[in-house]
Amino acid sequence: MDSFISHTGTALPLRRSNVDTDQIIPAVYLKRVTKSGFEDGLFAAWRSDPDFVLNQPEYSQATIVIAGVDFGTGSSREHAVWALQNYGFKVVISSRFADIFRGNSQKAGLLTVVLAQEQVEELWSAIEEDPASHVTVDLQSKNVSVKSLSFDFEIDDYTRWRLMEGLDDIGLTLNHIDQVIEFESKRPDHKPKTLPALK
Amino acid sequence: MPQLIYGQWDGRFRWLRLAPTKNVGRLLGKPGFEPICLGPLLRYSFCPYSDNAISESEMQQRALEIGSEGIFMGKTLAEKIWADHLVRSVSGEPDLIYVDLHLLHEVTSPQAFDGLRLSNRTIRRPDLTIATEDHNTPTLNIDKPIADPVSRLQVDTLRANCKEFGVRLHSLGDAEQGIVHVVGPQLGLTQPGMTIVCGDSHTSTHGAFGSLAFGIGTSEVEHVLATQTLPLVRPKTMAINVDGILPKGVTAKDVILAIIAKIGTGGGQGFVLEYRGSAIKALSMEGRMTICNMSIEAGARAGLIAPDQTTFDYLQSKPHAPTGSQWEEARAYWETLVSDPDSEFDEEIFLNAEELAPFVTWGTNPAQGVPLNSHVPIPSEISDPEERAAAARALTYMGLEAGIPLKSIKVDTIFLGSCTNGRIEDLRAAAEVLEGKKISGDVRMLVVPGSARVRLQAESEGLDQIFLAAGAEWRNAGCSMCLGMNPDQLAVGERSASTSNRNFEGRQGKGGRTHLVSPLVAAATAIRGTLSSPADL
Repeated sequence: MDSFISHTGTALPLRRSNVDTDQIIPAVYLKRVTKSGFEDGLFAAWRSDPDFVLNQPEYSQATIVIAGVDFGTGSSREHAVWALQNYGFKVVISSRFADIFRGNSQKAGLLTVVLAQEQVEELWSAIEEDPASHVTVDLQSKNVSVKSLSFDFEIDDYTRWRLMEGLDDIGLTLNHIDQVIEFESKRPDHKPKTLPALK
Repeated sequence: MPQLIYGQWDGRFRWLRLAPTKNVGRLLGKPGFEPICLGPLLRYSFCPYSDNAISESEMQQRALEIGSEGIFMGKTLAEKIWADHLVRSVSGEPDLIYVDLHLLHEVTSPQAFDGLRLSNRTIRRPDLTIATEDHNTPTLNIDKPIADPVSRLQVDTLRANCKEFGVRLHSLGDAEQGIVHVVGPQLGLTQPGMTIVCGDSHTSTHGAFGSLAFGIGTSEVEHVLATQTLPLVRPKTMAINVDGILPKGVTAKDVILAIIAKIGTGGGQGFVLEYRGSAIKALSMEGRMTICNMSIEAGARAGLIAPDQTTFDYLQSKPHAPTGSQWEEARAYWETLVSDPDSEFDEEIFLNAEELAPFVTWGTNPAQGVPLNSHVPIPSEISDPEERAAAARALTYMGLEAGIPLKSIKVDTIFLGSCTNGRIEDLRAAAEVLEGKKISGDVRMLVVPGSARVRLQAESEGLDQIFLAAGAEWRNAGCSMCLGMNPDQLAVGERSASTSNRNFEGRQGKGGRTHLVSPLVAAATAIRGTLSSPADL
């Protein structure tokens, strides 16, 4: 995973709430067995509408999504995160994220930033007024800024550290494998095992 | 005197809270003890003692220092299961939680297996891992190779990965093949007090047995494969109390749709939901699975129900249920899996079962639902601007006029199936409505059992003959039209009454329009061709 310290880019004002993962990438696009190539499926249904915001030339280079409340609800497909990343997005800002989507983002290195809905509205207005304006999302100082707007955001220290260092969770856990082994030694015998198969 | 309430999780974590009626106190730490402000707005604070655990007597002393009496508090069911699976807990880091059962399917696992190979890792516990093919699998001609080459590649990839890593797999054609959340319970691998994960958000289904079960992404799938654990932030707990007797014709599906409409798609975010109350206790295991299944539609990663005699009876005959003395041992443990009477939930909501009615969604998220007897909402009458805009957009997508009676809506397709309502009891309920009747001439009805075993059971009861005689299609097991990854899809503009779990735009096929309903409403709607309940027949 690449480390994330700070990112500056233009933003996509996605004025929709409840952007579920079926909208981010419909199921028919989930059939690849790699982590790349999902950009074609990103917002596939909406992109077939010429009026959709991502189809507007002024937003075509955006790298930051600014969306309505409850972004990433529904299916646990991490393909939604990969689709956003494959397309070139580095950050998603919303006033609330679905738990699984947020977890997936943090594992894959896509930064999710929670701001108050009023702040999201201010960002939308600022960007719609001048789509070329550069938004900076700084994880070091936990701040989003564009022009005269500047908003601090919260993120837990552990996740921030992992993202800034670009650390692999599995490696971190394997450092404590002795504790896993100890735990397993006390696992009750009545708990089921899948092997051997019983019918 | 303010009451300082505290509890013990595992000897390393203690937690504190002032009783809600009291509000004063500032607890200043001894060395290694973080100062905690206890004010009226702060319900409680976690206080990590990873390296500085203090004894119960010390805790009582601390209570006295702030002029309080210390009260040891019980745990909720979710907190008990969490504590029982805590491998590692350190201040400032997520808890490391042990996973008892890992379920795999073809869509969210290939990149995880690839990750293992790339880093020269292997599966830590293949004996706690099981796979099935469900999302892509066709429901017709299952004896032939999968026609869609991309779907076939994904299924073939799962087969190759399971072979390489020694994972038990139930493939198309096998009696245990089916939707992963139907397969776990029918094999008896889903048991109370377990932690269960799968790269699928409807893993919450397994919570019906009093287990902590939730969906994960592919990075987490790889993490569980490699370590059999997950780093997780402890969720909050919410009690959803449903008391009273459900009126005739009102099912588990209607209960959960009503709950989601009440708390919204984000209402359960960050929580584990515990469904409680006499109406929940009265449900069968199938009904409880329907309820827990859709916890994610309320934003909660997991939902659970305390195990009881209904749970034990269901489990006893299942292949992987413990036997003999192990059954007794297990059962003694399972009986402790209730929220203690003195435990407290972070949130609590109440529903009166007697007031519930058959429920149906009209919009494009599962919270956009109303009783079937009512009307499509009028967006201009919705006060919240965000919800108003969402409603207007949903009605445009759904091709619905505001204010019309729901029962006037004509449908094209009925889908009976999915991990929400594809179990034997669901098929029986629909068959009872359809018996001796014909479905409307202009609708098609797909009946897709949740697993090959459910299909066999239904056939042994003659349910397939009832469906076929009524004019419905009797298909093979899988996720099918719930998400339309296989050929079972809605066409553009086509409208369904579906017993599945998501009415998102395009979920059942690009441009398709979905109304979520119970199996009873699905069957009645099939007969009348418009959204209906059995009472309308």
